[in-house]
Amino acid sequence: MSIKLEHVNYIYSAGTAYEKHALKDVSLEILPGQFVGIIGHTGSGKSTLIQHLNGLVKASSGAIYYNGENIYADGYDMKGLRSQVGLVFQYPEHQLFEEDVLSDVCFGPKNQGLSKEECEKRAREALELVGFPEKQYHQSPFELSGGQKRRAAIAGVLAMRPKVLVLDEPTAGLDPAGRDDILDQVRYLHDQTGMTVVLVSHSMEDVARYVERIIVMNRGEKMLDGAVREVFSHYKELEQVGLAAPQVTYVMHDLQERGLPVETAATTVEEAAAEILRVLRHGKRSDT
Amino acid sequence: MIREITIGQYYPADSVIHRLDPRVKIVCTLLFLISLFVQNSLSGYVIATLFLVFVIRASKVPFRFIVKGLKAIILLLMFTVVMNLFLTKEGAVLLHFWIFTITENGLRISVFMAIRLIYLIIGSSLMTLTTTPNALTDGIESLLRPLNRFRVPVHEVAMIMSIALRFIPILLEETDKIMKAQIARGADLESGNMIQRTKAMVPILVPLFVSAFRRANDLALAMEARCYCGGEGRTKMKPLVYKRQDYAAYVIVVAYVVLAFVAGRFAPLHIWIF
Repeated sequence: MSIKLEHVNYIYSAGTAYEKHALKDVSLEILPGQFVGIIGHTGSGKSTLIQHLNGLVKASSGAIYYNGENIYADGYDMKGLRSQVGLVFQYPEHQLFEEDVLSDVCFGPKNQGLSKEECEKRAREALELVGFPEKQYHQSPFELSGGQKRRAAIAGVLAMRPKVLVLDEPTAGLDPAGRDDILDQVRYLHDQTGMTVVLVSHSMEDVARYVERIIVMNRGEKMLDGAVREVFSHYKELEQVGLAAPQVTYVMHDLQERGLPVETAATTVEEAAAEILRVLRHGKRSDT
Repeated sequence: MIREITIGQYYPADSVIHRLDPRVKIVCTLLFLISLFVQNSLSGYVIATLFLVFVIRASKVPFRFIVKGLKAIILLLMFTVVMNLFLTKEGAVLLHFWIFTITENGLRISVFMAIRLIYLIIGSSLMTLTTTPNALTDGIESLLRPLNRFRVPVHEVAMIMSIALRFIPILLEETDKIMKAQIARGADLESGNMIQRTKAMVPILVPLFVSAFRRANDLALAMEARCYCGGEGRTKMKPLVYKRQDYAAYVIVVAYVVLAFVAGRFAPLHIWIF
């Protein structure tokens, strides 16, 4: 289930005044079962990058392999790829169109050519996975609250039973509670089904809390790629490109500078709290 | 995919033509179009060509951008040429086979018609390529202001036009996004017969309409929040004022029109049948 990009370049509107080099020589591999975060500024190429993963956008040059098969090869089953790599766009609720939630979620499986019963079974399963209340299955998707709409839209992609789930800013425009809800649900999905998840975000805090690996995009280039702690240890470089490490990273570095012998690798508030308590309990004894 | 549409597209550049007052560009384009259609001689078209080349060079818009606009009328152009070529019966016969006859007049008319249509498109695309949609509606509003006296709501019409123009790229982008989102869910937009393909549009059109209404609603609210209440008593931050270059442009265009007319009348330049 791995997705491998080799030297992918993408140029928008080539040869016009609006020409833009959106991706520059990007190579990376996403392994099965990974929970990957892609971060970067607006216009850093992260949305363009993920649209390559299921073949919606064709690279200007370079190659993409899904399970070792070149997706640009003649006769490659693009439709098959799209049901394997489920892509949830930013503001996915803008794509809802059916009369009720259940039939909207059925749209994906229906396009896969499944029977009506099977579609509905998968739709119910997907809605359950995202924690959508059953009593609202037959409501119009346009009458739901923002958070519920988004759940329904994510379920619409999940109902296709993808092996890889790609989410583009799934929390944009939600309040903090809705944001945590959706992200917790995504983590639950990842843990329950072993699905590969790619989460695009510009919030370091969100990403730090959930993912195991971070890819940092900057001006169309892959800037950093590694485990969360490793990437945040480059917090000075991140700052230079206008991104910031989670606030706790700064707190920990400051504490260390001022003489408290803490490890600076903590990336979430909980980890930081535990680390500070550990050091305080053991007095001034330094580990180094 | 949908980004390719270029109708009324603006080409950002810094040129004399770009800096001209939009009213000048609108009036001059009209004058140029009229001059094309009253023209009926080779010398007139030679002058028109020279004039066009001069304006294109001054506008700094790459030539292939201008030619792009011609793609849209290629069918119409071929239709006109063929019709004129075969249906004109007057004049000496040049060619005759089976039921088709081509006369000198037919050839002449169809060639001139083709030139007119091509120059018409080039001339008007030059205007839209060098003028932002907003400037264009400003110009139209200002030129149509006299109609206010006849109770034509000129300001409102101009506002509607500029909003419509402003929303074209936004809705195109939105359509592109929705299409991609539905394709990602396995929608098939390309295969099947007419009915299947029309049905396949529903998942795109419904969200598009919903979003168009949502945006219209937001815009109305935003305008009301800023106390917009129609054109009455409304002033402009950047009122249109003619500058020296604008008068110069008028003089040049009028000179061109007179020259083309005089040349056509007194020195028609006959080569073969033209």
